[in-house]
Amino acid sequence: MIASNTAAPVLELRDVSKSFGPVVALRSGSLRVDAGSIHALVGENGAGKSTLVKVVAGVHRRDTGTFELGGEPVDFSSTAESKQAGIAVIYQEPTLFPDLSVTENIFMGRQLLSRGRRIDRQAMYAEAEGLFTRLGVRIDPRRPAEGLSIADQQIIEIAKAISLDARLLVMDEPTAALSGVEVERLFAVARSLRDEGRALVFISHRFDEVFALADTVTVMRDGAYIDTRRIDETSPSELVSLMVGRDVDDLFPKVPAEIGAPVLQVRGLNRAGVFHDIDLEVRAGEIVGLAGLVGAGRSEIARAVFGVDRYDSGSVSVAGKPVKGHDPRSAIRAGMAFIPEDRRKQGLVIDSSVTRNVAGVIRRGIAKAGLLTSAMEHRAAGPWAATLEVKTSALDMTAATMSGGNQQKVVIAKWLATGPKLLIIDEPTRGIDVGTKAEVHRLLSELAGQGLAILMISSELPEVLGMADRVLVLCEGRITAELDRADATPEAVMHAATHHLEAAR
Amino acid sequence: MSHTDIERPDAESSEVSASEALLVEPSRLSPTRRVLTTVLRSRELSIFLVLVAVVVLATAKNESFLFSSDGWRNFLLNPSILVLLAVGQGVVIITRNVDLSVGSVMALTAYLTGRLFIEQPGLPVVVVLAACLLLGAVLGLVNGALVAYGNVPALVITLGTLYIYRGIMLTWAGSDRINAGDLPREFLRLGTRAVLGVPILTIIALVVLAAVGYYLHTARGGRELYAIGSDPDAAVLYGLAVRRRVLAAFVLSGALAGLAGALYTARYGTVSSSVGNGIELQAVAAAVIGGIAIFGGSGTVWGAAIGAFLLVTINRALPSLGIEDFWQRAVVGALILGAIVLDRVLAARQARRLAESRDHA
Repeated sequence: MIASNTAAPVLELRDVSKSFGPVVALRSGSLRVDAGSIHALVGENGAGKSTLVKVVAGVHRRDTGTFELGGEPVDFSSTAESKQAGIAVIYQEPTLFPDLSVTENIFMGRQLLSRGRRIDRQAMYAEAEGLFTRLGVRIDPRRPAEGLSIADQQIIEIAKAISLDARLLVMDEPTAALSGVEVERLFAVARSLRDEGRALVFISHRFDEVFALADTVTVMRDGAYIDTRRIDETSPSELVSLMVGRDVDDLFPKVPAEIGAPVLQVRGLNRAGVFHDIDLEVRAGEIVGLAGLVGAGRSEIARAVFGVDRYDSGSVSVAGKPVKGHDPRSAIRAGMAFIPEDRRKQGLVIDSSVTRNVAGVIRRGIAKAGLLTSAMEHRAAGPWAATLEVKTSALDMTAATMSGGNQQKVVIAKWLATGPKLLIIDEPTRGIDVGTKAEVHRLLSELAGQGLAILMISSELPEVLGMADRVLVLCEGRITAELDRADATPEAVMHAATHHLEAAR
Repeated sequence: MSHTDIERPDAESSEVSASEALLVEPSRLSPTRRVLTTVLRSRELSIFLVLVAVVVLATAKNESFLFSSDGWRNFLLNPSILVLLAVGQGVVIITRNVDLSVGSVMALTAYLTGRLFIEQPGLPVVVVLAACLLLGAVLGLVNGALVAYGNVPALVITLGTLYIYRGIMLTWAGSDRINAGDLPREFLRLGTRAVLGVPILTIIALVVLAAVGYYLHTARGGRELYAIGSDPDAAVLYGLAVRRRVLAAFVLSGALAGLAGALYTARYGTVSSSVGNGIELQAVAAAVIGGIAIFGGSGTVWGAAIGAFLLVTINRALPSLGIEDFWQRAVVGALILGAIVLDRVLAARQARRLAESRDHA
């Protein structure tokens, strides 16, 4: 091993910060990675890990702080520069070109050339074949990237990084969608890269992986560096307390509510290649959490239930009455409300005032003779915004200028105005700073208390465990576990989220 | 995801259709069969067969459609200018953009050609062609810079420059017309002469087509254009020079439109203010009919060129088949709609097949 304390570290970040408008994504990130080391980076979702990675990758430019590579200060303004400097990043969600072949995806931008600067397809196919053999997978190098499973897409990303011969390899939850065998294979490759003297940064939520693979671990919380430990001098429980830093129960105050009759009933919902045999039920006053890894099909199911996307077979009914598929309007009429993941894009008319946003969905109800005046809109929207304590001094403020937490509340207000029986909410607190998260949670909990049925999708395990009365776990488009609040431990959920039904049996 | 670890049990025995295999596991086919299946299933071939059918029909009705010196010449010569435009347009569309200003660029350089010969009668033809290429490239550069750096959709930018460039041409030309008498005979011969029965204009168009087609298929830069069109965000993450490539695509489109303007003057001898009106839409149509996906990322300029041939040939064939003017346009419209619908259907079918192959694995 080349690692030594005297040599300059491959990567050193000190007090790096990054804000997006009013949202501080990274307050003070620090990270020091030596050559020949696998360095784990852990922290809750929203702790700033992904932002830190994107600074290293050149996707974002840091606002303040130092950033050194091999002892040299660097300042990347593009991903090309970081690549040039020998940094390869494998993102959580793979980014491939669907129209192009797998091989082209691996070599794009640095294709092998033969005489006359022609790209040498045969050589690339051969090398891709070699890479796949080394990774122990069977993917046809000539097939298009379109239609590959998330696991296979990850493999392509990894093959790409390996072929790049990078000196620093950053993996942002690379194992999130891999099966046990594939994880082992990846680890073997990671170790061999480490033994070649490369530095690896490994982001994972799974402590067993962190302890199996890494030699050093850095903990982040709320956008800041907390501590770095050698892996043999720490324990999972110590890492958890460093990561959380506060009591989970305070964060997610779900008040017990009386659970009533079933509101949403989904039977045998299928969509080829996306999800299969989905049965679920949400009762009045109940919060059902839909957990699973990125790409497991959670959002897709929500969108299909609400009718945004079509499904091949199965049925959806609200309060016993069937709801037509692929028709959001009939879903709204049946009493469904849907708050999508990316509220800026899908749930909120970002350049309109709060009033307009809230009144938008109920305009039919409040309009007179098909006309809508702002006075009418104000009358209809006022009470809702007040109930939700949206901190907008004037309801005329445009939604774009508000914080993430307040935007989310406006979106919720917008849907509550329709008087729904069921609320489907996808990633309710993504991109919301920690202080405001609790308010969103309190609101959801109160709404459940008033008898609303809530189907909540969340990638944040503590959020799911803290809020949900029942947790459904998805893996590769199938429900692999249904856990009551009492049985829902992080281990149980993660186990179900990473194991196929077949494997679990 | 098990199909990545384990040999599929049916790997040996299966007789899945060649098209299915081509999609999921092309390497299982023998190289010859792979090439054959790819060609047989290519959009270029089917559009070429449509072209052949049109020519055969028209020739059966009227033998001189193809088998007369005029018929043969028109068959090759008429589409040449549109081929140039369609090639440029194709490259731009592959990057998920569009260039609507090519007609106006062509008008400007067509007029420039005449103007240059009037001002400097002794000017060598090559210099004039180079000047037109240059002016076209500069106008394309303006488009490209606005699209790549202004982050405004190409549709809006080039719609704007369509009017601006046309306005410049109208102001510059005034009520002037360029007539054949203003042009040197040597230049006009460029538009009519043929080598071994193939008009020079056609040769120029085919050489350009071959060069661009070769570049797109075999050069890094060419493949990056496809990548950018396939997923622009991913292209940024890959560290590709997205802006530079998009800029270059527009410069190429502009330069080819510039060349087309000069060749237009050589071919027709007269330049009025309405030169190239609406031809940009024909260029887009040719590219789309030829199999270039309107959202970028797939298709070839070969297809675009065949599409251009088909459009022009249909326009020439329908009257001789005795079809009314209204129906002539409707046929072209149906062709475009058909091409787009076919694209969507094929894409959806491919996505479903790929998804199913994943489920069955």
